[in-house]
Amino acid sequence: MSENLLEIKDLYVSAGEKEILKGINLKINKGEIHVIMGPNGSGKSTTANAIFNNPSYKKTNGKIEFCNEDITNLRTDEIARKGVFMSFQLPEEIPGVSVTNFLKYAKNKATGKPVKIFEFKDELKKYMDELNMNPKNMERSLNVGFSGGEKKKNEILQMLVLNPKLAILDETDSGLDVDAIRTVSKGIEMFKNNENGVLIITHNTKILSSLKVDYVHVLVDGKIVKTGTQELAKEIEEKGYSQYK
Amino acid sequence: MSKSNIEEINRNIYDFKNKDEYDFKIKKGLTPEIIEEISNQKNDPDWMREFRLKALETYNKLELPTWGPDLSELNMDEIATYVRPKTSLNNSWDDVPDDIKDTFDKLGIPEAEKTSLAGVGAQYDSEVVYHSMKEDLIKQGVIYTDMETAVREYPEMVKEHFMKCVPVNDHKFVALHGAVWSGGSFVYVPKGIKVEVPLQSYFRLNSPESGQFEHTLIIVDEGASLHFIEGCSAPKYNKVNLHAGCVELYVKDNAYLRYSTIENWSKNMLNLNTKKAIVGKNAKMEWVSGSFGSKISMLYPMSILNGENAKTEFTGISFAGKGQNLDNGFKVVHNAPNTSSLVNAKSISKNGGICTYRSLVRVNEIAKNSKCSVSCESLMLDDISRSDTIPTADVRTDEVEFSHEAKIGKISDKTIFYLMSRGLTEEDAKAMIVRGFAYPISKELPVEYAAEMNNLINLELEGSIG
Repeated sequence: MSENLLEIKDLYVSAGEKEILKGINLKINKGEIHVIMGPNGSGKSTTANAIFNNPSYKKTNGKIEFCNEDITNLRTDEIARKGVFMSFQLPEEIPGVSVTNFLKYAKNKATGKPVKIFEFKDELKKYMDELNMNPKNMERSLNVGFSGGEKKKNEILQMLVLNPKLAILDETDSGLDVDAIRTVSKGIEMFKNNENGVLIITHNTKILSSLKVDYVHVLVDGKIVKTGTQELAKEIEEKGYSQYK
Repeated sequence: MSKSNIEEINRNIYDFKNKDEYDFKIKKGLTPEIIEEISNQKNDPDWMREFRLKALETYNKLELPTWGPDLSELNMDEIATYVRPKTSLNNSWDDVPDDIKDTFDKLGIPEAEKTSLAGVGAQYDSEVVYHSMKEDLIKQGVIYTDMETAVREYPEMVKEHFMKCVPVNDHKFVALHGAVWSGGSFVYVPKGIKVEVPLQSYFRLNSPESGQFEHTLIIVDEGASLHFIEGCSAPKYNKVNLHAGCVELYVKDNAYLRYSTIENWSKNMLNLNTKKAIVGKNAKMEWVSGSFGSKISMLYPMSILNGENAKTEFTGISFAGKGQNLDNGFKVVHNAPNTSSLVNAKSISKNGGICTYRSLVRVNEIAKNSKCSVSCESLMLDDISRSDTIPTADVRTDEVEFSHEAKIGKISDKTIFYLMSRGLTEEDAKAMIVRGFAYPISKELPVEYAAEMNNLINLELEGSIG
């Protein structure tokens, strides 16, 4: 009864000369929250970048389907417009482009419809309230001079505004204090419904304590070595990754 | 301004050309006979005729500049320096011939006149074809007219100021301008009068193998204020066109002048324009400048801060694409105590374009307690483009605060990937980054010019991928 959102089949990915992903299989259905955990350098971020067809990474084998459509070789912007979103580990700074103007423009591109400015500003304000963001940030240049926490919250804000079918959160929790992690979790809960899915990529388990997840995958050396439920995350928290090496 | 407004601008608006129809076109070349003929055609008073002939002598004596872009392709024997359009000066758009009116319609001039300007002048080739100003400004004694009318009706004021701020022997193309100048605007704002809404002159060069040499003379008298806007464009031809205008600005004590320009010449144009301002005590001169078109541009507006507490600001951007060499900058002379200058210059180069920021800051010994702060930033969109900064500072007193900051950067693949992950195409992403880079300048421009600038950026970036 659950519907297919993302399906990765036997994916091999290289960066430069180095093979990073060595046969990944992953299936995410509508309504599910998945977590990929793994030590540094295991290929977590590469998975996110490969879904988005980042030109710096090369797919040598395998296939990625989104809503049963092959997106393996689509351009990044085409994939985004199909309804995939990624929260960046290190969001880029865009001087001279305000958060409002950027999101208005991106939303317009995502939906293909003109954005009604007053409704849009109200929506933005509401989300910023929920995320404890300073409303003045709306008119600031995107990410310029933002603290680490502000940048991460801004990524969650973008997720809420663009309302994708699948949100990939790449290390969104890293470097955040407890309050900020709670805010990010709250953002994910606001976003989540039965029609969309979330893929959280992380190397620690802090964010999972305040969020109900359906599946946890352990990624080590370019392969998913174990899949389980939230219990698996707890186990890793206690024992670490060494048992999978 | 909204994005959709910008996209609605027709991309062909600058490049459309009308038939080369005119009332009179002087034969090509530069001889005393030709100068005499221009003078006859224009019914110059004797002093102006003599002035022109003298300027030609100066022109012949001066050498081409030994620095900057190569100007050897300019052959004055191939340029017609005077082209009179097939109409005289009108004060109603209805009287302007259809094709010429249509040109200015496409450029949005009559529309802007209705909504956001207090007065408009429009020049087509060598002569001003339309001039008008709001009634209340006329009543307050403001003068805004074409330069020819000023020579006729305000000879004393013109004689006192004409080519006194920019002397004929300043450089070779100023001398050329002195010999063949035609058209342009004259503005006088009387003491204490604040002109709240901008005046705008637009210069359109339609005729191929010709030159435009308009003269702009603005006097803002003591305590008065003005915002003057100047726009320029031309369609593209295969052979070289020349623009050697001259702008002289007098900002008297306690006065304020902002001079905004968007130069959007076609890419066969050599733009060798000279602009200077003399700034009095407690007065302020602001330059806002966008330089997009032209094959070669050599443009260095200059402020001479002659009065105590005089201030100047320069905010400018250049955008050089394929085959363009834009050598632009700013000059300032601090010639009184407590004067200050603030420069914010940006440049964008792509597809092999060359942008140079060339500047001169001179602080004379008398200019104690002066401040000068220069910031220039360049953005290169690929590996084959070029950006240079050539600052010169001549500081003759220790009691001065002087700073110069230069930054050169490129658009990173990471930034483009980030924006593409939000649904923007690569072109959209680059355009957004460039618009953001230009924003500190475009926000200083009048709204419709900021829209035009963003539109130009989008046009320039189209097809720049791959």
